[in-house]
Amino acid sequence: MPKRATPPMQGELLQGTLDLLVLRTLVLGPAHGHTIAHAIEHQSEEVLQVEHGSLYPALHRLEDRGWIASFWGTSENNRRARYYRLTPAGRRQLAEQTNRWDEIVRAINRILRPAQ
Amino acid sequence: MSWLRFFRRRYWDNERRLELEAYIAAEIDDQIARGASPDDARRAAHRKLGNPTLIREEIYQMNTIGVLETLWQDVRYGFRLLRRNPTFAIVAILTLALGTGANAAIFQLVDAVRFRTLPVKDPQQLVALGINTNGKGRTGRFTGDRPTVTEPLLRAIRGHQQSFSQLLAWGSGYFDLSTSGESRIARGLWVSGDFFDTLGVRPAAGRLIAPADDRKGCSAPGVVLSHAFWQTQFHGDPSIVGRPILLDGHSFDVMGVSQRGFFGVDVGRTFDVAAPICAEPITRGALSAIDKRDAWFLGMLGRLREGWTSEQAEAQLRAVSPTVFRETLPQTYTAADTASYLAFTLTATSADTGVSSLRRTYETPMWVLLGVTGLVLLIACANLANLMLARATARSREVAIRLAIGASRSRIVRQMLCESLILAALGAVGGLLLAQWFSRILVAFISTGGSSRVFVDLAPGWRVFAFMVALTGLACVVFGLTPALRATRTNPGETMKAGARGSSDGREGVTLRRALVIVQVALSLVLVVGAVLLGRTLRNLMTMDPGFRTTGIVVASVDMRQAHVPVGRRAALVEQMVDQVRALPGVRSAAEAAFTPMSGSSWNDSIIVDAKVLGISNFNSVGPAYFRTLGTPFVDGRDFDAHDTVSAAQVAIVNDAFARKFLGGRRAVGQVFQIEGPSNVPRVNYQVIGVVKNTKYNDFREPLGPIAFLSLVQDPDRDARADIVLSSDTPIAGLSNGVTSALTAVERNIVVQYHTMDAQIRDSLVSERMMATLSGFFGGLAALIAAIGLYGVMSYIVARRKIEIGIRMALGADQGSVLRLVMREAAALLAAGVVLGAILSVLAARATSTLLYGLEPWDPATYWLGLFVMALVSLVATWLPARRAAHLPPTIALREE
Repeated sequence: MPKRATPPMQGELLQGTLDLLVLRTLVLGPAHGHTIAHAIEHQSEEVLQVEHGSLYPALHRLEDRGWIASFWGTSENNRRARYYRLTPAGRRQLAEQTNRWDEIVRAINRILRPAQ
Repeated sequence: MSWLRFFRRRYWDNERRLELEAYIAAEIDDQIARGASPDDARRAAHRKLGNPTLIREEIYQMNTIGVLETLWQDVRYGFRLLRRNPTFAIVAILTLALGTGANAAIFQLVDAVRFRTLPVKDPQQLVALGINTNGKGRTGRFTGDRPTVTEPLLRAIRGHQQSFSQLLAWGSGYFDLSTSGESRIARGLWVSGDFFDTLGVRPAAGRLIAPADDRKGCSAPGVVLSHAFWQTQFHGDPSIVGRPILLDGHSFDVMGVSQRGFFGVDVGRTFDVAAPICAEPITRGALSAIDKRDAWFLGMLGRLREGWTSEQAEAQLRAVSPTVFRETLPQTYTAADTASYLAFTLTATSADTGVSSLRRTYETPMWVLLGVTGLVLLIACANLANLMLARATARSREVAIRLAIGASRSRIVRQMLCESLILAALGAVGGLLLAQWFSRILVAFISTGGSSRVFVDLAPGWRVFAFMVALTGLACVVFGLTPALRATRTNPGETMKAGARGSSDGREGVTLRRALVIVQVALSLVLVVGAVLLGRTLRNLMTMDPGFRTTGIVVASVDMRQAHVPVGRRAALVEQMVDQVRALPGVRSAAEAAFTPMSGSSWNDSIIVDAKVLGISNFNSVGPAYFRTLGTPFVDGRDFDAHDTVSAAQVAIVNDAFARKFLGGRRAVGQVFQIEGPSNVPRVNYQVIGVVKNTKYNDFREPLGPIAFLSLVQDPDRDARADIVLSSDTPIAGLSNGVTSALTAVERNIVVQYHTMDAQIRDSLVSERMMATLSGFFGGLAALIAAIGLYGVMSYIVARRKIEIGIRMALGADQGSVLRLVMREAAALLAAGVVLGAILSVLAARATSTLLYGLEPWDPATYWLGLFVMALVSLVATWLPARRAAHLPPTIALREE
């Protein structure tokens, strides 16, 4: 079955956090779409499957907001690819969103495990 | 950002396409590296990415501004639909072009006369000076279009005011370019030396009048030609500068030509020749207004000092008013005149739009006309709404399908509105073009010809465009929105089921159409009633007995100034001329007069009887046989005759109203009255020798008031100008040459100008005639449009009830009863429309009752006539569909079911 049939739980989780994950991935340096998707999948130890169909609109949205910038470069396989890099605004946004994420996780944990 | 992307969205789409291709390529490389075959790798890569077109569409949507994108689609779709049905499109566009064109034409005139600022330097700094007379009149002689101040007042104001950096004055008049025979009139302007400089007008050739040219007592000043006059009279020849032209027989050098498009400061008037004020005594001689404290002939405009407002200027002027008026008090004033003169205060009103005498005369008629054309447009829009409803019904299946597959209602409404907007916009463009033509016809209409013709600069400005845009939007909403809303409020399932049986339209649709027709009938009735009221007003004025003959009366205005006839000889000379004219074949009778009724000239004074001031009467000075020539009968007494010479006792003839008002009770003939004149002149006793029937004086709308006729022969200071009135059955064209040679035979260097009495009356009724003609035209147009609307709706109703009618006829109903059935339906619509229309008419007529004469706004006969017209028109419009219904073969009607 194609990846479109991913369980809803995973999709939902990704929808809100894809932007954050993309920004985080780009901290390591410029990358093109393919690499970004694979990096996310690898680093989450394949738990998070990036739906590639929503990756590109997400990249477009981030670029539109000025958090990332793009340029054409040559990939490791000697192909032309569109590279994305983090802008200073993107860096600030990443810090902000990470904090927010931590807060939410703490809050949810407090509810889920009230004893601790 | 988004906007930039919007305009470059094709570029960005291409970027994404390349990027996605790069991704596929990278993924394929990846898969191959993991050991997949190239084909498997390609399939896997595509599977992983999903549908690239969908991704691109998602991004494209993010870049686009939805409304604009769909708007463009709607526009293209709208054009396609209209092209598929060109008849509808043409009818709709023409209707709208006519409707908006008429509106724009009148608004263009309103704009030019009322709103447009003067085409001069910084018009917002200009302020018009005036005099607040505290409701009292000013006494003296008034000349020109805007006699606000006298020449001594101008000097006094200049000396005392502090609010203006510059202060200009102008007076209007006429110059005769001819020296003998028939006159050729040029419109003249007397201007102060700083006139052109204050307004920032530049010369088109030579130079303009400067302060140095306007020195009191100037002997040979130069004059300035207007650009238009220069073009028409001298074909734009620059060598005219420095050459002399003759004005009233005096030679003036042309010093220059004014800037193109400059018409002065009086909107509605223009000038041909401008001369400095100091030159006025040269042509006017003894009648000159210079140094005369009671000769009102100048208008004044000031340019505010930096930082001053017109309120501050007025306050300053009010403060100096007592001084200014004390210094310029006319010595000859009576005690009462003196008191009111000293109480006058100067006023200052903003004059960025110039001053205008047209405004007063035509502002109300223009707004009324704008209302009329607005109603016509509304009626036309109702028709279009009906057409759009029919189209919407025809397209109900399409709409149902689109709604069924998920189109939002607003999207479809928007698309249908867009179609209306295209129609409205195309109609408006046509309307704007038509307006240029319409408004010129209008101006030609209100121009009374000759020297007093109206000049209006009609170049359409932004206000006209804004007006058109607003009108178009409004029209579009009126005729497009309701049908669009209606069309989308369907149940898709029902519609598609019903679709097999042809068009379907709920009761609601018919009700809406009926309502539209009722509104049309009502509004048309308003216009028809208005047209009848205004038409009857004109007829009342035209057919009213003014107390004198109006046809076959020719007035020859003789100007003796260039012949330099001494005052003492003038009476004899004119008498000789009258005799010559009287002897001409075809001339029944001739007489002299200071001026003629309805000519625009007037003269009034207070009447004193037995040392008591009794009131004001109009005056004229006439010669023997004047009343015979004009056909005014004597009620009592005798005409002036050879005994009434300068040395004999002063006599007068009065009209019936005069006799009743001032000499009431006793027989008027033989009684004596005096005129309250200047205090330094002894009062003359005028003995009444005759009483004539009442006549109109200068305005047909005024009630018949008192008039006293003095003897022109006994006038000690005869004017150098005189009117010779003659009655003849020969038309003026066949008469004027003979009269001119008879007159010039008496004195070679005179100039003559001809008018006919009916032209004079026609000119005095220009506004009424325009209102009657235009409202008649628009009333007819409205009735026609309403008839077309009624026809459409009745046809539709008949088509809808075809089956019912078929069944009725199959069951034995005859043609007559079917005819009645349909006619009854139409009669109900007519009745509702007429009742509504009558109410609206009364309201409209009451609001504009100042335009009516000789009848009440609720004049019953008018309403019956309007009702009759509407009934007749409706009958014709209903007859065709009703007949069609009655002749329907029942089998055909039933077979369609």
